[in-house]
Amino acid sequence: MQIKADNLVKTFGSYTASDHISFEIEAGTLVGLLGPSGGGKTTILRMLAGLETPDSGDIWIGGVRVNGVPPQKRGIGFVFQNYALFRHMTVAENIAFGLKVQKRSKADIAKRVQELVELTGLEGLERRYPNQLSGGQRQRVAFARALAPEPKLLLLDEPFAAIDAKVRKELRSWLKATIRRIGITTIFVTHDQEEAVEVADEIMIVNQGRLEQKGTPLEIYKSPATLFVAGFIGESAQIDDPSQLKGFEDALPGTQAIIRPEFVEIGRKGEIAQAKAAETGVVRSVSFRGNSWQIEARIGSLTVAAYRPLEKEPLNVGEEVLVLIHRLFLFNEKKSGIMENRMKTDYLAIGV
Amino acid sequence: MAGSVTMAPASKTPRSREYSASVTGSGFGKWLLIAIALAFIALVLILPLITVFAEAFRKGAGVYFAAIRDPDALSAIKLTLITALIAVPLNTVFGVAAAWAIAKFSFKGKQFLITLIDLPFAVSPVISGLIFVLLFGAQSWLGPYLMEHNIRIVFALPGIVLATIFVTFPFVARELIPLMQAQGTQEEEAAVSLGAGGWIVFWRVTLPNIKWGLLYGIILCNARAMGEFGAVSVVSGHIRGETNTIPLHVEILYNEYQFAASFAVASLLVLLAFATLIAKSVVEWKHRQATVQTEQTGGN
Repeated sequence: MQIKADNLVKTFGSYTASDHISFEIEAGTLVGLLGPSGGGKTTILRMLAGLETPDSGDIWIGGVRVNGVPPQKRGIGFVFQNYALFRHMTVAENIAFGLKVQKRSKADIAKRVQELVELTGLEGLERRYPNQLSGGQRQRVAFARALAPEPKLLLLDEPFAAIDAKVRKELRSWLKATIRRIGITTIFVTHDQEEAVEVADEIMIVNQGRLEQKGTPLEIYKSPATLFVAGFIGESAQIDDPSQLKGFEDALPGTQAIIRPEFVEIGRKGEIAQAKAAETGVVRSVSFRGNSWQIEARIGSLTVAAYRPLEKEPLNVGEEVLVLIHRLFLFNEKKSGIMENRMKTDYLAIGV
Repeated sequence: MAGSVTMAPASKTPRSREYSASVTGSGFGKWLLIAIALAFIALVLILPLITVFAEAFRKGAGVYFAAIRDPDALSAIKLTLITALIAVPLNTVFGVAAAWAIAKFSFKGKQFLITLIDLPFAVSPVISGLIFVLLFGAQSWLGPYLMEHNIRIVFALPGIVLATIFVTFPFVARELIPLMQAQGTQEEEAAVSLGAGGWIVFWRVTLPNIKWGLLYGIILCNARAMGEFGAVSVVSGHIRGETNTIPLHVEILYNEYQFAASFAVASLLVLLAFATLIAKSVVEWKHRQATVQTEQTGGN
């Protein structure tokens, strides 16, 4: 079902949880609402579900304006952060709740519950109570319960937050595959970028009640629209005055930059091809990342990080090295974009 | 007697944890403390209870049962039961409604409402009774109107019921508010998002979650309703066989030096207190068993 939000505003006292949020979501997409805690992600979800009333702005679901429609009539499945399973009901009763409310026939309910139990792999647990289940199982029950009445839109609030790391990965791919199979439009909230990138077709980045950027994970990674997005996605550090760096002298004053380890090469003299474009620095720390070394080097007062392949000889702390910064994300009030190291291109030009 | 049953703290007694020897120190200190506690309980609680029954049976079982079967005593018992039968269900409904409003909604003046609920505990029961005399008595500004229409509130059943409701109002609400606040609104929201209306949400989601706390509150409310003396004493008028409840009847008999009869009727209240304590323990035990059982079999 196609979803549209238009200028949603919601304040709680002096706190603006949602600041003129507008977006459109195509039917069948799996969207991740990503942002830091307390940024207003859950408020957006709750407004869509009708559990919160926006101060102003409109919500359309499937082309129908639903502002005045109570949550019961919106046809939305909601999976709560702590699952909110009915603690005095068994797994089967939990799943059947939405169907009983619809006054479906007993045979119908039993059939649908069975379907969902199979879909979610809860066979054999039908007569258990929620507190007799593990976190992952509870999550599946919450998922099955939300899906039972065949909603048009599925909303998940931090669906993996309460599950331990090992099960989380497994559950994530299961959830993605299952949602794909059903083909239901889904929005989930997360503060974990890895989760968002892995699961979502599209990511919406929300910060301080504002929608910073919406796009595919790759788009957001490759061309972050704001300083916040660039800093939030990927591993990154902020540089306040990029014009002091070799090759970036042209950066306008007042411009800020975001640097990522994959933009940087650190090595001994002779290891780096375009030595002229590189700064000289001192190794501050070397740590093993499993598939590479992570090197931190200081250039003046600035610390930059880079990865170094394991095949290369390890660097030592205190060693003088060359630090080549290939590119930076630059941001000022008006513009944002990638800036390549000018010296590097100059060098290449001379070399040719 | 039953009137002295006080509110349990909001949190249900957790299973006691044994302190290690390093914390408790020597065995002597421990036994001394236990001895002091036991001696105190014996002096303040057990001894008076035994006295009630000893005094009641002093002149033999015949006098005991005669005192209870006395028409005035029977009328007092009947009145007490009727009062409780009206006051307890009403306070249950009020209590659930108030707790629901306080725990599940945010609105202006919520803190004030919570304070109001506590008011009957803060006010002396005698004053509580007096309020109703001043409101509905002959000297009140409502008095002439009530007289004219032959409506009797003070010195009649309505006054006794009103005073009892006032005094016992906090029990159910106080028991439920922390419980419902702890449970939050998520299950209700889940039910709503699944299409359930308010009525279904209440009966199928909220009520099952609070049933043990509610039952506990009702038991305490009932004990106090049957045992209330002060407030009822002021509004009742002490008309024998008409507006005397059990506690008032006990007092009258005592003032008339009919000690055996007085203690015999008082023993009914003691029995009520025992019944209350047993019921309370059963409810707590059931509640704990339900949680323990699910905890033990759960988690794999």
